[in-house]
Amino acid sequence: MLGRLSWAAIPFDEPLPLISMAVVMLAILGVLTIVTVKGWLPYLWREWITSVDHKRIGVMYMLLGLVMLLRGFSDAIMMRTQQAIAVGGAQGYLPPDHYDQIFSAHGTIMIFFVAMPLVIGLMNFVVPLQLGVRDVAFPVLNSVSFWLTASGALLINASLVIGNFARTGWMGYPPLSELAFSPDVGVDYYLWSLQISGIGTLLSGVNFVTTILKLRAPGMTYFRMPVFCWTALASSLLIVAAFPILTATLMMLLLDRYLGMHFFTNDAGGNQMMYVNLFWAWGHPEVYILILPAFGVFSEVVATFSGKALFSYRSMVLATLGICVLSFTVWLHHFFTMGAGADVNAFFGIMSSIIAVPTGVKVFNWLFTMFRGRIVYRTPMLFAIGFLVTFVIGGMTGVLLAVPPVDFVLHNSAFLVAHFHNVIIGGVVFGAFAGYNYWFPKVFGFTLDERWGKAGFWCWLVGFYLAFMPLYVLGLHGMTRRLQHISDPSWQPWLLVAEAGAIVIMCGIFCQVAQLYVSIRTRELRRDLTGDPWNGRTLEWATTSPPPAYNFAVLPQVETIDAFWEMKRRGLTPAQPIYETLEMPRGSPIGVVTAFFASVTGFALIWHIWWMAILGLLGAAVALLVFGWSDDRERELTAAEVAQLERARRGLRQPA
Amino acid sequence: MRLPLARSRLYRLVLVGAALFVAACRPVGVLDPQGPIAAAERLVLINSLAIMLVVVVPVIITTLAFAWWYRASNPRAVRSLDVAYEGRIEFVTWSIPALIVILLGGVTWIGSHQLDPKAPIAADAKPLRVDVVALDWKWLFIYPDQGIAAVNQLVVPAGTPVQFRLTSATVMNSFFVPQLGSQIYTMAGMETHLNLLADKPGEYPGISANYSGDGFADMRFTVNAVLPGDFDKWIAQAHGAGSSLDAAGYAALAKPSKAVPPATFGSVEGNLFERIVNETAAGSDNGAAGAAWCPPALQAGG
Repeated sequence: MLGRLSWAAIPFDEPLPLISMAVVMLAILGVLTIVTVKGWLPYLWREWITSVDHKRIGVMYMLLGLVMLLRGFSDAIMMRTQQAIAVGGAQGYLPPDHYDQIFSAHGTIMIFFVAMPLVIGLMNFVVPLQLGVRDVAFPVLNSVSFWLTASGALLINASLVIGNFARTGWMGYPPLSELAFSPDVGVDYYLWSLQISGIGTLLSGVNFVTTILKLRAPGMTYFRMPVFCWTALASSLLIVAAFPILTATLMMLLLDRYLGMHFFTNDAGGNQMMYVNLFWAWGHPEVYILILPAFGVFSEVVATFSGKALFSYRSMVLATLGICVLSFTVWLHHFFTMGAGADVNAFFGIMSSIIAVPTGVKVFNWLFTMFRGRIVYRTPMLFAIGFLVTFVIGGMTGVLLAVPPVDFVLHNSAFLVAHFHNVIIGGVVFGAFAGYNYWFPKVFGFTLDERWGKAGFWCWLVGFYLAFMPLYVLGLHGMTRRLQHISDPSWQPWLLVAEAGAIVIMCGIFCQVAQLYVSIRTRELRRDLTGDPWNGRTLEWATTSPPPAYNFAVLPQVETIDAFWEMKRRGLTPAQPIYETLEMPRGSPIGVVTAFFASVTGFALIWHIWWMAILGLLGAAVALLVFGWSDDRERELTAAEVAQLERARRGLRQPA
Repeated sequence: MRLPLARSRLYRLVLVGAALFVAACRPVGVLDPQGPIAAAERLVLINSLAIMLVVVVPVIITTLAFAWWYRASNPRAVRSLDVAYEGRIEFVTWSIPALIVILLGGVTWIGSHQLDPKAPIAADAKPLRVDVVALDWKWLFIYPDQGIAAVNQLVVPAGTPVQFRLTSATVMNSFFVPQLGSQIYTMAGMETHLNLLADKPGEYPGISANYSGDGFADMRFTVNAVLPGDFDKWIAQAHGAGSSLDAAGYAALAKPSKAVPPATFGSVEGNLFERIVNETAAGSDNGAAGAAWCPPALQAGG
């Protein structure tokens, strides 16, 4: 009846996950109770859960990413603590069975459910505003994308208390991830949560490619788009090209596990090397899916806070597209040690270092944007400077690892761990935080507290260096990754420093939570009434903060790069606008309903509850059919209503 | 009363600091090569790093300098807020990383070919052949020419090239001796090749550098590089002692076990390595037995 699910699936003998899950459950129950008692549920349902407004969806993506960051970070600090104390003969407090799940979950969560939601969340909020349009190309599909991502996150969290997570590392290399070596549900949780969220991500990619190619304000040619839109386009193109590879690869592994096939098994002609190749054929572009939008954020932030146009826009676009193409030609550098010949290794090594050329150009362009500028130090700009210094180091160690003979001695070592945290924290995470601080006033209509924000930045920066510079050293000492205990006692001082770094980062997260809390409490004092708190250059600052549901009552007319800056420079105040009737998409529950059935299906497949899987699939199909046959998807906002709304909104604004 | 406590804490802090400093200065692991491969790899590492630092250090300094000098509150800074393009600067920004990459590309191409793990090492001594099998969770070393085998202990003559053939009877692992250089994956049903040499006698730690499950952290071994005479003595000693690694002995050894102490086998079944490669690829039992669903014919056929 319930497949493999029984009471044995709940780890009553392991207090740690049970307690943490109980705390999470209590927190969720508490929030739900407050929401219900206060009568906010209808509001939440109408305005958020079923919303197809790209701005609301962007906010929910960011929220998902930040909440999952807490989960991923608690995994991180558990690992650092384990490695700091399990030295010499000691075994620490986490047995291998548990420790192996933690590092696998940490990687999976941080990549798929923290970095991706943060990046896609920023794209959701910003891209339509910067393009000067009213929404993405497919607003309802956008909602489906978000809720499928959330569904994957839900499944991965369920593994904490029902059953267990994979013990294979986040790459899930076979044959370790095959049935013969991982017979329990852990790998199935990994596979199904990635499959479900992967569909969401792919749909997002399609949505943004279409939006950027087909929907732009009148006059906004490709070469007048803000650089963030270019990076969002490159990132979305990569999603469309790369995510199907991941989905197909994981599906083959699923076929191995569920139907006894032999794509990647040791025996019967399976080939594990094929998985490794396919995985990284997705995995390397994935790195650029994450970092390119972060580059876009820094391009906006550096230009705005230097009071200058971005230096050499054309180079920046060319570099972005260059990285986009090159990212598909380097995947083999993840496994130089597989035994390929010297020609193959050298080719992929050189291709990898070639990516450093466009990346280097970007760094120089940011530098020359600052050159002779007037730099104002708000939190986003601090993150940008922190990024420039940190990312250059991470890029250098990356190119170092791309030299095959060097990789032969540093592959899979703590050096590698330090390298990719160096580029992901120093690049993607700093980018996400810069974007969060930069666009927050646009989203909610009030600025974030600077003191707590800056304190958070310094903690993150110092914490990062403390936590990961020791790992570079340990990698050179010959320490490999994923060790549940460490044999060499001389490594302990370094591991203790790394632990201290993780604690400093924790302080940074605390500062950011405090920043949000303080800012909300004092929001009346920090209202952004101009819609343009930073003296911005691009169109998102042309509308009010927060923008109305339709973003722009009259679509802006674009004539140059940095369209809003040019408007301000020429002192163009629009003549008495002529409002038109707008077609606004209605909210739709199809996203959350589909995701509900997807979660049910995923859970049922993980536990081999076949009837439930069939019901889940049927439910999703019926829901989509019902939605497909309904015609009532748009509501009209008449010109008179728009005019009235605008008058009310503009009344709030101070004269610019 | 509090003073001595405070002082002892300070003392301890200084001690830890000093230990860190000493540890940082004394070359270890990858930076303390004990053979030509590792030494060459360290050289490539240092060369590549130096080439990149030529650009990276100035970039970091410039970043900080610009960030400081062009702050809004600096009245002495010259500003030109309308400049967004300058052809000569653009040319330079593309040229600098391109030149660095051309240099590095040369290092990469030459290094990859000179340090190809498959390439034999030129030396006077006749190479020693060792077959390596990764098991759950220990290393089996077979000396096909000497007819002995060892677990978690690799004894080699110093100054003699060692030719490894490697495979795995289980999941993927990576054979790695940081002080001797180049690691290489071991994969079931496949053979990889590696050539290493230890310059002088000594003990060098070896690990698996690819996560392989529960007992991974203890999947360590020691390389004992000994004088050639001592190596012959060790072979003779191994012949005399220890059990025989026949089919039954191997089946027992292949069962998963953790933190296995070093051991030797006095005799080894001929072609054991080839047999392991073939049998793992063919599958000793039906791999689909645990799959959620099997076609009926397959279930009946077993």
